[in-house]
Amino acid sequence: MTFDIVEFLESIVNLAIFDYLSEIWADDLPSWLINGVSDLAGVLIICTFNLLIVLFLIWFERKIIARIQDRIGPNRVGGRYGLLQSVADAMKLMTKEDLTPAGADKIAFNLAPLIVVIAALMMWAVIPFAPGVIGTNLNVGVFYILAISSVSVVALILAGWGSNNKYALLGAFRSVAQLVSYEVPMIMALLIPIILAGSMSTQRIVIEQSVWYVFVVPLSALIFFISALAELGRTPFDLLEAESEIVAGYHIEYSGMKFAMFFLAEFIATLFMSALFATIYLGGWRGPGAVEYPILGLIYFSLKVFFVYFMFVWIRGTLPRVRIDQLLNLNWKFLVPLVLALILVVALVDKLMVNADDWTRAAALLLSNIVLGLVALDFVRRHARRQRLDADEVELVEESVEAQPVSSAAH
Amino acid sequence: MTITFQQIVFIAISAFTIISAWIVVTNRNLFHAAIALMASFAGVAGLYILLEAGFLAASQLLVYIGAISILIMFAIMMTRRLMQTAESPYNLQWKWGIVAAFLIFILLAVLIFQTWPADTYAAPPVQSPAALRGSVTDLGIALVSVDQYVLPFEVASVLLLAALVGAIVIAWPEDDR
Repeated sequence: MTFDIVEFLESIVNLAIFDYLSEIWADDLPSWLINGVSDLAGVLIICTFNLLIVLFLIWFERKIIARIQDRIGPNRVGGRYGLLQSVADAMKLMTKEDLTPAGADKIAFNLAPLIVVIAALMMWAVIPFAPGVIGTNLNVGVFYILAISSVSVVALILAGWGSNNKYALLGAFRSVAQLVSYEVPMIMALLIPIILAGSMSTQRIVIEQSVWYVFVVPLSALIFFISALAELGRTPFDLLEAESEIVAGYHIEYSGMKFAMFFLAEFIATLFMSALFATIYLGGWRGPGAVEYPILGLIYFSLKVFFVYFMFVWIRGTLPRVRIDQLLNLNWKFLVPLVLALILVVALVDKLMVNADDWTRAAALLLSNIVLGLVALDFVRRHARRQRLDADEVELVEESVEAQPVSSAAH
Repeated sequence: MTITFQQIVFIAISAFTIISAWIVVTNRNLFHAAIALMASFAGVAGLYILLEAGFLAASQLLVYIGAISILIMFAIMMTRRLMQTAESPYNLQWKWGIVAAFLIFILLAVLIFQTWPADTYAAPPVQSPAALRGSVTDLGIALVSVDQYVLPFEVASVLLLAALVGAIVIAWPEDDR
């Protein structure tokens, strides 16, 4: 096959550029070289894209938060929209002095920023960007994501311990407690789409979503979203860092580019969680004409991802921070029991409706979700009311106890 | 005999695993030993990937690095004097150690050569894509089929449940019991 510019451009539109090039070079070059180079190029494209989009994400987030808080936000560097603000910030971070505290464990201290960024980038391998465009279509895709995300917890301990600072270590303990706790409802919430799709492969889950899972199992989507907020340490669960209250967390001793690495990982992970939410609950690249023209799929997927990212930012701009006991109570006493009940209900309903068509099945599941959600809310409401009544009773008793000596003194 | 790309990767991952394991037992700093242990676990996960056992590799990462290593690190941090021991990690039994290692090597070599004769192990195991795609499904079905592993699976779950309840009972404050 010879090179043809029209076909080459066509392959770009179809997102099949590597397939086209390997067809052309198939006669001249050995296949392992072509496969190796195209795999490497894919890795480079995904990683570079992620590292660069962070600059945009920071600007996007600052701008939106500013609008929510009735401010203007960055508006000086790079035109009236401040588009180059994060580029300037990145330059500043790169030129800052790189400090290593005295007595720090150098191996752990330097390894931690590397591991967080690598782990954040590795998770992108199983995200389907468009039909046929996926790093690697693992049959254990979702499980792979969970495995990699558990590795980043290790980096936090390394950072906290390596810094030789008691505040950093305490911060690391706090972070690990939060991340490990919220992993539980997140994993179980992800189990529900897996039950419905009958596969752990992310590509398969997208293909099976003739009805978006957010409309089939909204409770699972909600629980996943809440746990993702906590896993990412974003408001209202940002007590790992809580910049307005305490002196940062595990990364207190980091400066310059190493500090920036933690932030980089945080933004990449947030974008990744948006992508995962879009893939699993919003139908990924699905949309009219996506299968015929993969580039449309890519556009749909990007729109969905940025919509979810916007939700993350929106929540950050709206909700106040919770306390640590509220955070853990919400997890262990509400989300975990709810998601366990949800798994039972979904598995049962799905099994009962096994012969029904997609839409009936989706409607039944949606109904069961709504009922379960209402029951859970009612349960919480009653519990809160009982607690309020108990608190009032205690207050009354205390008042009567206080009142007694006063009355006796009057006699 | 030509070396395939897969074999180069295998040698690299094995070397990485063995060197990290070596660091685990020789390093005096327990924290560094724990980091090396994690690297070794990661190397084993790499070997599983090479054998196309994706589920096993992901479990290895999730359980060994995500949970067990963190548990070990917490244990090291909570233990005061263990961080920098003055004593040497070596002892004087290296002669017997060599004999034992040699015997185990012979045992493993005999076993491997009996299971895979020399002419078959050079080629990587070829599996059909369909078999690989179904492997997780097969595993799931095997765990709940009556004629396969449902009994060990349930026994393991009961054991874990008992451990969970036991941990809660032990951690419960004394006066509330």
